[in-house]
Amino acid sequence: MSEKTKTVDRMSYEEALQELEEILEALEGEARGLDQTMDLYERGRALVQHCQGLLEQADLKVRQLDQNDEIQDI
Amino acid sequence: MFSHDSGLSVNIYTVSDLTAYIRALMESNENLMDIWVSGEISNLSQPKSGHVYFTLKDINASLRCVIWREQAWRLKGALRDGMSVEAHGYISVYEQGGQYQLYVDGLRAAGEGLLYQEFLRLKAALEAEGLFDEERKRPIPRYPRRIGIVTSPTGAALQDMLNTLRGRYPLAEVVIAPATMQGDDAPPQIVRAIEALNRMVKPDVILVARGGGSLEDLWAFNDERVVRAVAASQVPVISGVGHETDFTLTDFAADLRAPTPTGAAVLAVPNVSDLAAELNGWVLRLQQSALETLNRSAMALNEKAHRLERQSPLWRVRQDRQYLDNLAQRLQLHIRHDLQNRGAALDHIGERLTGLDPAHILRRGYALVKDSAGSLISSAKQVKLGQDIAVQLSDGTLDAQVRQVKPEEG
Repeated sequence: MSEKTKTVDRMSYEEALQELEEILEALEGEARGLDQTMDLYERGRALVQHCQGLLEQADLKVRQLDQNDEIQDI
Repeated sequence: MFSHDSGLSVNIYTVSDLTAYIRALMESNENLMDIWVSGEISNLSQPKSGHVYFTLKDINASLRCVIWREQAWRLKGALRDGMSVEAHGYISVYEQGGQYQLYVDGLRAAGEGLLYQEFLRLKAALEAEGLFDEERKRPIPRYPRRIGIVTSPTGAALQDMLNTLRGRYPLAEVVIAPATMQGDDAPPQIVRAIEALNRMVKPDVILVARGGGSLEDLWAFNDERVVRAVAASQVPVISGVGHETDFTLTDFAADLRAPTPTGAAVLAVPNVSDLAAELNGWVLRLQQSALETLNRSAMALNEKAHRLERQSPLWRVRQDRQYLDNLAQRLQLHIRHDLQNRGAALDHIGERLTGLDPAHILRRGYALVKDSAGSLISSAKQVKLGQDIAVQLSDGTLDAQVRQVKPEEG
């Protein structure tokens, strides 16, 4: 649950999608309070938007290991 | 033919008979019918007929060879003079030329046979060790953040993979661990690259790939060191060695095997267009489930509001008002009924009273007798002789004087 407080903006696609899945399971599971439902929904929407943004803006980063096995931009 | 019991005559054979005999002799020898011969190609001739002619030589001897057109088209690489090869086929005689020759149906580069045996031996050994076991295969993460690539930094394979990754899943970060992919330096460099990625980068998946090439070119991927490094990698490995048909030992050890570098990149990542569609599906589900909850809440709220309403003072008042109205109505009804009853009773009494009205009786000829004080006289004993009395008839009064009193017996 501490993951839940993580800022959506900083999440990887995989993390966001995983939380989205949890949220849906929660929403589709047993009934819960309206406040909680709306919070979950808002959070879910934010996660989806974040994922969509990631998909749209992503640009493959390519780097390379040098002789000393250190990562260098190329 | 060639029977020795043909009497005394000396046997003289035609060239054709002899040649045919020699041919039959050779063709009856099983060893000669299925044989591998190694040597160097010379006098290579590839006429338009499609058949291929050459001589296999070593230091001391030479052997004429033919590859019929039907076999020749299956040869993988181009032949050239000076090439060391191992040829498979059968020995027979070219009768017109009076030459025995090898009719080739298979050809490979020299040493390939040994390599292949070594390949089989190593494969069996590593297999027995369990290096290729299915249980060892690790799942490839569906959304890799970091992808390690072990390949030649100058090869077309790298560009193929980068293009594929860029097109399918640009969310990833690629770290290239450069290595020579062929020759004697290749195995140690590939091992080092795999280990460096594991140690320094810890990507989610590693692609070990190179483009197609000859068996020799790809041999590094059958090197025991490489195979062991792939098996030992903490990070799952996808192999993409450009060799559609044959498997290298690296393929067996890898967690997933692709036939080409591009194929390896495809297996490593999902496709963004699929993901976008998937996201839309998530949105729908999200809305649906939120809506359902909202509806449920609204219904629960309605029900509660209704219950609350029934507890409100206003509702009480309305309830009481209605009760009062009801009572009032009943009261009114009751009263009306009662009044009617009473009215009927009064009428009845009135009728009876009318019958008793003295005026009514007087009209029938009766009279009322009163004394001077106006009191009614109803008995003869109430009057005295000479007393003034008033006799009231229905239409007037007579003043009279009592002249005689005759009480009646009785």
